[in-house]
Amino acid sequence: MRRLLSPVPIAVLAVLAALVALLAYGLVQNEPDRSVDQAIEAGKRADAPKLSLPELGGTRQISLDDYRGKVVVLNFWASWCKPCRDESPVLERWHRRLQDRGGTVIGVDMLDVTGDALDFARNYKLTYPMMKDKDGHGIETFGVVQYPETFVIDRGGSIAAVQRGPVDERFMRTQVEPLL
Amino acid sequence: MRRAALLLVLLVASAAAPAAAIAKDCPQTTLGDIEDEVMCPVCGTPLGVASEAPQAQRERAYIERLIAQCKSKDDVKKALVAEFGDRVLALPGDEGDTSVGDVLVYVVPALGILLAAAGIGVTWVRWRRSRRDGGGPGTLATADGARLEDDMERYDL
Repeated sequence: MRRLLSPVPIAVLAVLAALVALLAYGLVQNEPDRSVDQAIEAGKRADAPKLSLPELGGTRQISLDDYRGKVVVLNFWASWCKPCRDESPVLERWHRRLQDRGGTVIGVDMLDVTGDALDFARNYKLTYPMMKDKDGHGIETFGVVQYPETFVIDRGGSIAAVQRGPVDERFMRTQVEPLL
Repeated sequence: MRRAALLLVLLVASAAAPAAAIAKDCPQTTLGDIEDEVMCPVCGTPLGVASEAPQAQRERAYIERLIAQCKSKDDVKKALVAEFGDRVLALPGDEGDTSVGDVLVYVVPALGILLAAAGIGVTWVRWRRSRRDGGGPGTLATADGARLEDDMERYDL
């Protein structure tokens, strides 16, 4: 017992305890925030977080608040992401439909090279507003964990639906259309 | 005719001089020199480690384009910060304003190594001392040793 209370074993135990605590903290920190998904599953709508980012390739600031009263399809993407390419025609088609009915698609280009992102938008003839999330602020705010992800925000500013992965016509018809 | 040829030679030489100077200074850095000092922001690892990730490939292509434009290492890092923010810098203190955290990143591991070395040293000294005092494995303490000697004499055949 005396041997166990000597400084060296105590120091070793303290270091081990600190390492275990650090590991536990790291695991908790890396756990994705699923509160939006849980709210939707429970039939509730969580308020969309505030988001204001610079325009992709521009200088003006785009804020979600500017679109309050509209249905917003907020799409997080990046130019190197293949599923993002596949869903782009669907988003552009729906943006054109939404414009006349009080809605819009907004793209958030995440952690991407601006030139590559602008080429992407040009190649796929995307006309909807694009934000540039250069340091992952939007990713953290919305709890984005993969590419692409889409949040459907109703006219009251609440998240009505979320798609982790690419959207398709079916998702847009079932989740966006009823909000218009 | 000879004067025209001389003029032509002088013109070519004057045009070639700055180009030669640029070629001498360019490229100023290499991808290998930079990729261990910057992060792949999506992968969350240094760019040099993230070999296959598509985002890392794009970042590498971007760096190579900047190197081809004869940008220095500092210029490339500045361009990367403009694209991805400060978190793209892998080395603590690279942001320019050295914070307490940047210093601690170096001080804490150094202290850890020192403490570990001190612990090993103390344990080694104690072990040596216990061997010297106790005589080694299988050796009994003085009182026990004397009693054993008595017993052995008593049962001596």
